[in-house]
Amino acid sequence: MRDDFIVRVGARIVTPFIVTFALYVHFHGDFGPGGGFQAGVILAAAFALLALVYGLEAVQRVLPPWFARACAALGVLIFAGVGVVTMLLGHNYLGYNALAHDPKHGQHYGILLVEFGVLVTVFGVMTMVFYLFAGRAGRDE
Amino acid sequence: MINVVGIVLFTLLGATALALVRVRNLFAVVMLAGVYSLLSAGLFTVMDAVDVAFTEAAVGAGISTVLFLGALALVGHREARPGHRPILPLVVVAVTGATLVYGTMDLPGFGDPANPVHHHVADHYLEESSREIGIPNVVTSVLASYRGYDTMGETTVVFAAAVGVMLLLAGRRRTPAPEPDEAPAGAADR
Repeated sequence: MRDDFIVRVGARIVTPFIVTFALYVHFHGDFGPGGGFQAGVILAAAFALLALVYGLEAVQRVLPPWFARACAALGVLIFAGVGVVTMLLGHNYLGYNALAHDPKHGQHYGILLVEFGVLVTVFGVMTMVFYLFAGRAGRDE
Repeated sequence: MINVVGIVLFTLLGATALALVRVRNLFAVVMLAGVYSLLSAGLFTVMDAVDVAFTEAAVGAGISTVLFLGALALVGHREARPGHRPILPLVVVAVTGATLVYGTMDLPGFGDPANPVHHHVADHYLEESSREIGIPNVVTSVLASYRGYDTMGETTVVFAAAVGVMLLLAGRRRTPAPEPDEAPAGAADR
């Protein structure tokens, strides 16, 4: 597929929009449908598209497998870390009211942070699983 | 109008499911599975479950189709003929299905607002969410705040599943290592 001019240019044009849409889905999750999980999947899909068109190696130069693995663990850490921070601030575990003076703002920050943790984990996991499948296909040939 | 859309979607869903069972070309099966997911997403939208529909479209129709294609590259495009008669599995599936349908007889009516499930904590979430959490999307406030522990558990499950996949798929790399032509640099590039 890498020799197909239209596919190459099309993928290059579409990718920034997919990434932007993923961020929109995450940050707009409080107001519309969506959230960290969907955003993570969409973000991973952007890199999967690039890998399909430009080859796995090209994408892995931009986004190395160790980074995807680190993301998968980091997201859980962010989520659990928010809980620890709220505990240190004297509230319950994941009691977001602690995060700002106004409880509603605290909830808003807490939800965005926690959803960001979900985004990072889902993005890392999806990308890693895709790398593993695609990498094996290449090796067995 | 909604009913017509629902009936059309359900008919297409049934047709896709039948085609999925009949078709032997695995490439077509993967594409049909994507279609099935997309139709399900449409149905969820009709049922006003937009968050679920979004997830179904992104995961079911999007990324899992790509992963299936990746798996197809490993196993080939043709499904092997089954080596046994499908009678026994058919009986098992039919009996299990009948039992499940029998089990649903005792469930409260579908979508009935008086159902107990809608009056446990759901009332509190719907009425107090805007005061306590202050964001318009109640799904997000339930998911990330009221049920924050659940979501953290889910994220951990996703992570654990990835660790499992990594152990299964990446662990094999060391076994065929003694081969003389250890994959040249370009082989993984596809």
